[in-house]
Amino acid sequence: MTGPLARLRGLRVRLASACLLVAAFAALATAALTYREARTAMLQRAQDSVVRSVRDRVEAVAPSVPFPPDQAALERIVALVDTRGNTDHWIVAAGYRDLWATTDRVLTPDAIPTALRTTADEVTAFQRVEREGVIWLAVGVPVTFAKPLNGVLSGVQVYVLTPMRAQMQEEAALVRAARKGAIPAVLLALVLALVVAGGVLRPVRALQRATRRLAQGRLDTRLQVKGGDELADLARDFNHTAAALEQHEARLRTMEARARGFAADVSHELRTPLAAMAAVINVLDEDAAAEHLDPDTAAALRLVSAETGKLTRLVDDLMEISRFDAGAAALHVDELDVAEAVRRCLAARSWSGAVTTHLPEGIRAEVDPRRFDVVVANLVGNALRHGAPPVEVGLGTERRADGVWIVLRVADRGPGLAADTLHRVFERFYKADSARARSVGSGLGMAITLENVRLHDGHIRAANRSDGGAVFTVELPRYARIEVTEDA
Amino acid sequence: MTAFGREEDRSVTTGPIAAAKRVRRRGLFDTEPMVRVLLIEDDPAVAEGLAIGLRRQGHATDVRHTGEDGLAGVAAFDPDLIVLDLMLPGIDGFEVCRRIRRAGNLPVIMLTARNEDMDVVLGLEAGADDYVVKPVQARVLEARIRAVLRRTESAAPAGRREVHGELTLDRTALTVLKAGRPIALAPSELRLLLALSASPGQVFSRGQLLESVWEHPYLGDSRLVDACVKRLRIKIEEPDRPARYIQTVRGFGYRFGPL
Repeated sequence: MTGPLARLRGLRVRLASACLLVAAFAALATAALTYREARTAMLQRAQDSVVRSVRDRVEAVAPSVPFPPDQAALERIVALVDTRGNTDHWIVAAGYRDLWATTDRVLTPDAIPTALRTTADEVTAFQRVEREGVIWLAVGVPVTFAKPLNGVLSGVQVYVLTPMRAQMQEEAALVRAARKGAIPAVLLALVLALVVAGGVLRPVRALQRATRRLAQGRLDTRLQVKGGDELADLARDFNHTAAALEQHEARLRTMEARARGFAADVSHELRTPLAAMAAVINVLDEDAAAEHLDPDTAAALRLVSAETGKLTRLVDDLMEISRFDAGAAALHVDELDVAEAVRRCLAARSWSGAVTTHLPEGIRAEVDPRRFDVVVANLVGNALRHGAPPVEVGLGTERRADGVWIVLRVADRGPGLAADTLHRVFERFYKADSARARSVGSGLGMAITLENVRLHDGHIRAANRSDGGAVFTVELPRYARIEVTEDA
Repeated sequence: MTAFGREEDRSVTTGPIAAAKRVRRRGLFDTEPMVRVLLIEDDPAVAEGLAIGLRRQGHATDVRHTGEDGLAGVAAFDPDLIVLDLMLPGIDGFEVCRRIRRAGNLPVIMLTARNEDMDVVLGLEAGADDYVVKPVQARVLEARIRAVLRRTESAAPAGRREVHGELTLDRTALTVLKAGRPIALAPSELRLLLALSASPGQVFSRGQLLESVWEHPYLGDSRLVDACVKRLRIKIEEPDRPARYIQTVRGFGYRFGPL
């Protein structure tokens, strides 16, 4: 999960939405069912009471009406059934064949639904009709006459239309009540859903945090296992994995430390016999130069002397690398004039004439003088050996967000570095050209340079110049991360 | 080298010579004065190699293999200088160095097999004047020996005494008095004090001091300077007060005074 968009599809949101949907559906369904039942019951009651009172009135009126009725009789029926004051807003109508009488002038037979008319020929029927935007209940009652038909259907129908205004208002109140109940219920459900989602997701989030810590290399990260659900199983699996990783890593580290320790031990063991040999190579050199020696003996002496010198440098470099590997290399910083330091480094090796320098004055930095010397000497030495003149050394400063940086560039005009070797030049014992496998260096010079730069919290890059030749760029922070060596 | 020279050197190596018999001799091949070097090194091959190299330079050597033996050799051989390995059986090199310092101001060059930072720092704090890292060529060791000894051979005009506060410096007799009392200074300490006090108020960078006092490269190990300043301050400054004579100029180095 990264952006806010992705968050929208996050587990928490999905879980909460699901909970909310269920809650909303339940609330709405309950409200709808309750509303329907209540409405049906209410309407039923209202209809029953209207139907009953219409029938009662018609039964009370019918005996006094002659058969077959004429228009006047119908008018009387209508007038008798419509007892204003007793029931409000009734519209009463009576029909017999083509005759039609009504209390409301505009009510024509057409306004009575055909289905109701057909049914009301035989039994009492009712139907809801809409008229002028109001719901009316239309009740149709067939009139039977005792004489002369002996209770046979007379074909006379009485219709009563009564507006269902009160019922409509009650229904609206019901809807309002349902809405009033449903909305807080849904909101409450939303809160509950979020809480529940949070609860369910807490172990998931813990797992996520633990995984990130693990990815950062903190392999001792463990989760607290609670309960016995799937998430607890997952936490347990996570713990097992982390433990296995930790063990594995510890074993690898031990092996690596052993391998590095072995290299350190080997160089250390080599150093003592070498120390004895190194002490006497000057004696060999002097005697090899003497003329009384057999030429072969002199050559052998020179060979032993030269190779002892190389071996000494190699072991020195190996020891130096071992110290970096063991984390035993310490930085002893002093503030110095960088241009002066570069000049001194070149002068000490008699390189001043072979190198073009661009060294602005007044750049001071906190560096370890000895290590800085090693860095400059290795880079310039490398450029002089493998590149072609002129070798250029440039110095500058750069102001960045994290402070001022010293930038040192060592460039040559040689063939440059093959693209696939650019990132390998700092590897130990890496030789770009196998024909040059036996060079004067130990093969560790650039690796030591890299380590020295890193010890200063700096960076080093190898690149090719667009106009030919290789360029090495060293960037060192102007201020060292540790205190300047002061003993005041 | 003549047979005589070899014979005599060997006798020096194998048997100590009484201090009273000591005479200044010259090396056989160069014009530098002969130096009596006491070599305290536990590894026989390294000791022998170094002894051969030193003898070739015309020095008299005495080799000792343990700390105790080495301390006995200081009295018996009466060396001009001690080359001291730090890793020794019995009393280690640090302790030997401390005892030598307590007894006097013999120049001490420590020899460390491991260029480990703590070893170097502890050795310098124990009072060593300089150090070399094994494997070392005899020529390099020779250069260090010459540099350490040169410190005590000043060519200032005789009888000139300088007074700086409570300190009285005699650049010829190479004595330092504090409130009238002589102070024992190791060669590197004396040389550092003389170098700084030669231009009171002038700031010297660690690199400059490394070059002038130790004859090390300008970009050398600045811990030599810092450790020596620390030892010198203990001897000439008032305790628990800011340094008066050897002052630190943060980011630049050290200066003498201003008082």
